[in-house]
Amino acid sequence: MSNDLPPTPRNTRTIKVDYLARVEGEGAMHLRVQDGRIEDVKLKIFEPPRFFEAFMRGRSFREAPDITARICGICPVAYQMSACHAMEDAAGVRVTGQLRELRRLLYCGEWIESHGLHVFMLHAPDFLGYPSAIEMAKDHREVVEMGLKLKKVGNDIGNVLGGREVHPVNVKVGGFFKAPLKRDFAKLEEDLKWAVEAAEKTIRWTAELPFPDFEEDYEFVCLSHPDEYPMNEGRLVSNRGLDIAISEYEEHFEEEHVPYTNALQSIHKGHGAYFVGPMARLALNFDKLTPRCRALAAEVGLDAGCRNPFRSIIVRSVEILYACEEALRILDSYEPPEASSIEVNANGATGFGCTEAPRGLLYHRYRLDERGDIQEAKIVPPTSQNQKTIENDLRRLVPDFLHLDDDGLQWQCEQAIRNYDPCISCATHFLKIHRETVSA
Amino acid sequence: MTRAVVIGVGNALRGDDAAGLLVARGLSGRGIENVHESSGETASLMELWEGADVLLLADAAQSGAEPGTVLRFDGSETPLPEAFPPCSTHAFGLAEAVELARSLGTLPPRVIVFGIEGRSFDHGASPGPEIVAGVAEASRLIEEELKR
Repeated sequence: MSNDLPPTPRNTRTIKVDYLARVEGEGAMHLRVQDGRIEDVKLKIFEPPRFFEAFMRGRSFREAPDITARICGICPVAYQMSACHAMEDAAGVRVTGQLRELRRLLYCGEWIESHGLHVFMLHAPDFLGYPSAIEMAKDHREVVEMGLKLKKVGNDIGNVLGGREVHPVNVKVGGFFKAPLKRDFAKLEEDLKWAVEAAEKTIRWTAELPFPDFEEDYEFVCLSHPDEYPMNEGRLVSNRGLDIAISEYEEHFEEEHVPYTNALQSIHKGHGAYFVGPMARLALNFDKLTPRCRALAAEVGLDAGCRNPFRSIIVRSVEILYACEEALRILDSYEPPEASSIEVNANGATGFGCTEAPRGLLYHRYRLDERGDIQEAKIVPPTSQNQKTIENDLRRLVPDFLHLDDDGLQWQCEQAIRNYDPCISCATHFLKIHRETVSA
Repeated sequence: MTRAVVIGVGNALRGDDAAGLLVARGLSGRGIENVHESSGETASLMELWEGADVLLLADAAQSGAEPGTVLRFDGSETPLPEAFPPCSTHAFGLAEAVELARSLGTLPPRVIVFGIEGRSFDHGASPGPEIVAGVAEASRLIEEELKR
């Protein structure tokens, strides 16, 4: 397996993880250390959105939400939402009122489901020293059961509103195919009340985990909306003064092709690597959280100044609470809209959409011809935006752990990668764990 | 009375990965009760088999055998082998759900998994002809199992 590597000189440690465990999809890490210095860090991602960009050419604008939803089994709603907003932008229309609220509700479901999976099943075992949630469940039964139930509440929002739990089929450009009745939400409302309590427990529980002392001065980038914690709409802002419209994204961010990965790596032009996702959202929108979220965050010592990516597990827990509360708020005031969608006719224009996937910004741009068929599509998923930052973290982190044996070092690296909940989604291959460690 | 649950797991849009779903659909069509289709979502799977005495699962497999080959595995006592990979894009798939339930003590006492060897798991593809034969064979084996 290491045939493609140059011969390993003395004092060189090479850690090569061909299939990262507990990340969505398929990825690999290659780390080379010489004389106590990092010589090389590569995060390899096998990522298919580029294939989808080509695949969508010639398809009607109406098909984009359903086609792009297939890119990811964990965050299909994000793809649908960014696609819908881009098409509505091209048509110059806005979805408002209860339809906008229903979209937000669907997104809450995805945050709860995705964060629930990551916090309990994928990330927590790292902190507690278990190879997986299966082993963790033997000693932490109640926690794992709570996590599964919490995740399921998120899935159930998708079931009621999206038509089914994975790849919802009810979303269309302009709204929904069918709007639910108020009574469809009765059970969900009860479950969400339980989920609010469970999310509070989750915040307290994650805050007790042991965190490495690691901080970095990141550039956080996310959406910002004047009235709400961002999901579907807003301006793109950063903690270093960026404040632009979504349509200006490509003037400020560019993607570099890196030979060792299928994913393009994004950089903020003139600035470099940046950070998207829950930590960026919390840092830049702390005041938009509910009072209950802010109180819980304060109780566990979390605020907008958090710069330790390992603590993202607490941030995700706060966002689970936020999503549960927000979903309840929407259900509480829900009245079925008169029409389940608005008429949208997009053609002869370019549309831009950017929404907050659980893992961070998901940017879409579509150029449409006179018939409304897609001439060009561009999709920038959150993981390719974080990729450079993840590599930077590894570069900084590894020197502190060189005293560990290879297994220990690998564990620390994988944990650092999982801080970003990388969605290396739609693996056409299955996730198999294969490890090889070479050291002099 | 013994309560048996049959679950076919898969993704209808990923070529041969539809095998498990086709098994479930066929068995339901023949009037067999307690048959479910699932995307493989962990918590939903665990809910479907809650309280069952016998759990019969059908899923696509990747073991290196000829496409369409049906592999039978008794998972009552021992973990599922790697031939049963996560069937969805979730990092948590059928095998993980079974093992998680085992850890939590909620796995039915008797668990039999039927794997239908797949060849192509491409996006948007239809299941290959060998798979259709494998689906028929797995369905027959499940019906036999239900008569025990």
